[in-house]
Formats: sequence, C-alpha cells, structure tokens
Amino acid sequence: MNIVVCVKYVPDSTADRQFESDNTVDRVGVDGLLSELDEYAVEQALQLKEKNEGTTVTALCVGPEKAVDAVRKALQMGADQGILVTDEAIAGSDYVATSLVLAKAIEKAGAENKVDLVMCGMASTDASGSVVPAMLAERLDLPQVTFASVVETQGDQVRIKRDSDTATEVIGATMPLVMSVTDQTGEARYPSFKGIMAAKKKPLETWSLSDIGVDAGEVGLSVAWTEVTETTARPPRTAGEIVKDEDGSGATALTEFLVSKKFI
Amino acid sequence: MSEVLVVVDHVDGAIRKPTFELLTLARRLGEASAVFFGSSDKGAEAATKLGQLGAEKVYVVDDTEIKGYLVAPKAEALAQLVEKTSPAAVLFVSGYEGKEVAARLAIKTGSGIITDAVDVEEGGVVTQAAFAGNYTVKGKVTKGVPLITVKPNSAPVEEVGAAGTVEEFAATISDSAKKAQIVAQQPRKASGRPELTEAAIVVSGGRGTGGNFEPVEGLADALGAAVGASRAAVDSGWMPHTFQVGQTGKVVSPQLYVANGISGAIQHRAGMQTSKTIVAVNKDEEAPIFELVDFGVVGDLHTVLPAATEEINKRKG
Repeated sequence: MNIVVCVKYVPDSTADRQFESDNTVDRVGVDGLLSELDEYAVEQALQLKEKNEGTTVTALCVGPEKAVDAVRKALQMGADQGILVTDEAIAGSDYVATSLVLAKAIEKAGAENKVDLVMCGMASTDASGSVVPAMLAERLDLPQVTFASVVETQGDQVRIKRDSDTATEVIGATMPLVMSVTDQTGEARYPSFKGIMAAKKKPLETWSLSDIGVDAGEVGLSVAWTEVTETTARPPRTAGEIVKDEDGSGATALTEFLVSKKFI
Repeated sequence: MSEVLVVVDHVDGAIRKPTFELLTLARRLGEASAVFFGSSDKGAEAATKLGQLGAEKVYVVDDTEIKGYLVAPKAEALAQLVEKTSPAAVLFVSGYEGKEVAARLAIKTGSGIITDAVDVEEGGVVTQAAFAGNYTVKGKVTKGVPLITVKPNSAPVEEVGAAGTVEEFAATISDSAKKAQIVAQQPRKASGRPELTEAAIVVSGGRGTGGNFEPVEGLADALGAAVGASRAAVDSGWMPHTFQVGQTGKVVSPQLYVANGISGAIQHRAGMQTSKTIVAVNKDEEAPIFELVDFGVVGDLHTVLPAATEEINKRKG
C-alpha cells in the first residue's frame, strides 16, 4: 500500500501567535511544529503500515523551508520518506491554492507507484478550516472518507465512523481515496530514540513548484481567491469579577450575576 | 437584486436553527433563496417556515439519488444550481458537511471560500475569529461566487414573511460523485436539551467534576442550557465525544458559557472564547479560565452548582 500523509507546519498554538503586516500568518517569528491534529493522521498511517506488509508511508508538507521540521517529526514517528514542497511563490496561498500544490505533489509522488491512500488530519491548528481534504478529493477525483473517528480496512475496502452533529455514520469506500481522521482515532505515538536516529537517514526530498508542474502565477497571496483586509488582536477581556465561595456565598453571587445579566 | 443561496441544514425535514440565521445574513447581501435537499413533500413543508424567516424562493432538490453518499453529490447539484442562478453568494452552516460541500464547490466553480464566519456584512465583508479567538479577522472572497460557512449563533432569526415559493430543481449526479457510501446512519438520540452548537446557554464540566456530571446537568436544566464537556472529561470516558467543546470538538458561541472544573487550556478556549458572557467555577484560583471570565467563583463545583441550581429554581418560581 502506498500512503501519503499530508502534514502541516503551524505556529505553536501555545505560543503567542500573530499575523504579519500583510495579514498572513506569521510562520517564521513564532516557533513552529507539526500540527498536533496531523499527528493522528501519521499514527493511523503507521498503524496501516504495521498491518499491511510492503506499505510505504510518505509525509508530504507544503510550507516555508523551516517546515521541514514537520516532515522530520513524521519521519521520527516512523514514516518512510518525506517530501517538502517549498517555493517563495507559495507564501500566502489560500486553501484553494494549497490544495492545488498538494494535489500536484501527490500526483508526482504516485507517478511510479500509484497512491492508494491520502491521509490528512481533521483540521490544522492554525486556520482550522477542515476544507483541504475535501478539496483534494475533488481535485484528484477520489472518494473522501473524512472526519473518521474509527478507521477499519480490509484489503482496499475502507470503513470509517463519522460523528456528525446530528448522527453517527459509517462511510464505506474503495481505495484509492482521501481520508481525514480526528483525535478520536487514538493517541499518536512519540518518536522513540531509535526512531529519531533512524529518521536522519530516511530520504527527504525538497520540491519546487516547477518540479510539480505548477505555475508560480497560480499560487500565493497576490492571486488568492480570498483577501484578508484586517486582522485585529482581540482586546483582552476586561477583568471580570472573581468571588471566593465562603459558606455558600458563591452560589448566591453566581445567581445574582445571572439575574443581573437577565439569564434568569 | 441577485439571489443569495442558503443551503438548508435539516434532519428529515426538521430545519436546524442556524439555517434561519443564515437567511438573516443572506438578506444583507441580496435576495435569500433556500436550497433544500429532500423529498418534495418535506420541501413544501419546509418552504412555509423558510419563507416566514426570509426565503423568497426555496429550491427543492430531490435527494433520492443523493442521500446514500457523502458530500460529493450535494456539491455537484449545487454547482449546477450556481450555474443556473449566478448567486451573489452561497451560505452554509459551519459543520462537517457544510464545510466539505463548500470546499468541493469552491474547486468546481472556481470560487473563493471563507469558513467559520461569525458575521457577514453588506458588501460581503466576512468576520472570523482566529487563533482560538485571540484575533478578529475581516476578509472577502475576491474570485467567483463567495462561498461562506457560518458558525451557529452568528445572527438573529428574523420574522419577515417572504414568499417562500417552491421551485423544484433537477440535478444530474455523476457516478464519480457516488463513491463514498453512507453504509449506516444512526441519528443522535434526543437529550431533551438544546443542541450544543446552537444553544443560547452552554454549561460545561471538566476534570474538576471528577466524573460526576450531575451538578453540571442540574444547572444546565435550570438554565435551559446544553451540556458540554472539556477534552479531559471526554478522554476520561465521563462524557461522549459529541459533548466535547474545543478545537477537536464543537466550537460554540453562546450568549452564556459556564465552565465548571475546567482549567481553560488553549484547546478548550478555541471552542468557546467567542461566547458573549463567560462564567467559571473552579477550585483553583490560578486556573487560566479565570482570565477570560466576566464572573468567576473560586470554589468547589460540587457545592456551588447544586446550591445555585436550587436558588435559580426558586427564583423562577
């Protein structure tokens, strides 16, 4: 089985994330890492590899040069090889352009050995749009089985459980396909010392836009199909009133507050 | 005035409240037209309500051929409807399905997409909350038909009494859109409480409940609220994942959010920071959740909540 896992390099969500003066996400000034939610996709890919002999897991990332860290982390976890698509022209790309770059890179990655499974996390921890997996399915003309909380495979048959707002569904499809997984699929493994050492010798390629046949004019901030006009730091919430509960005073104070705000 | 399409979110004909909020937003951009996937009977029934709340037209797309498959056929049908109507925008509810149908439609129609909007203004300016609500972002779609997915509780529901004229729309669905099959479907059991994402009030519990959600549920019922849970409570197996508020669970934006025994980690904040009023009860006065609150009680939720519940019930008479 040939699996490509899409991994994103994102600003650390516990750091002070910010925007640049051109309203793009600051991906350089803030420490970055592999998006936590993509670790679950890497984990599921590795579990499939363990179950299916002869499986290759390729970690694919689109981002600045520093984004190679996200690919390395996937290799340390156990992916076999990595690809970073990096090109100055890509900076500021929206979902549509990002999905184009990913789709073209997946096509190239599968040129000799067709890709059976494209794996993604349920969302990135920065933009959290959750739309790129569906866009990849559309671009690659593949079925999508997305937001999986449970993944089951038998040969090329895939079944997933999907918990939507109003129902729990079982979705079935045949590979090749695009899958996205939620954190409900199970804890992602930590890289072992052995994994960290082994990762240093794993193949890691860097591709530019011309390598994957994408014209620089099709991507980037200037041609994005959406425009961000304004980014404003939310004013810190004005310090609220904090009371200490003593002999039941907390419940009364809480009730008074709710009454004053007309919630009761 | 151009049409603005609103994709109706419904369960077997029962329209969910966020759809009505979309109608309000749609009317700011043009003339609201609802798109209903379902049988013509259910569509006609829905049209009455949709008209009342702002839809001039209701396109009913027969879903016999569509409903057994995930997302792709709906995107195909909408692409055909977009072609026919050249709308000023298409609005979706920001859920798994709304986002993914919009995503595919973006590629099909060469259109820009904005997700998780909390407001849409005249002229198509869209507001989002970014980085767990620490930033407010305004933007616009600059190419194609603006495709906007909107979070629940982003606009009021308005009674306007529009026509709600039904128009059947026949879509052609390709075989390639029918590759991801819905093999089984189990509707979520009704809890008797409001649905988490659309509730005006949410009362949540976390690690501090120690697994006992009774005090949380009691307060929720006194306030007519939905019950939520932090990731810690879900990971401990105390509540099902469908109750989880946070980055990987539900993102809520109610009028009032009451966090009980929840420390307020970034993952949780991402799911509730845009709530209008925030209240917390926590034993630990250093808990980061207190940085967000309008009102906080440092105390044990197991004593504070039942006492508050009793007092609230008394006041309600």
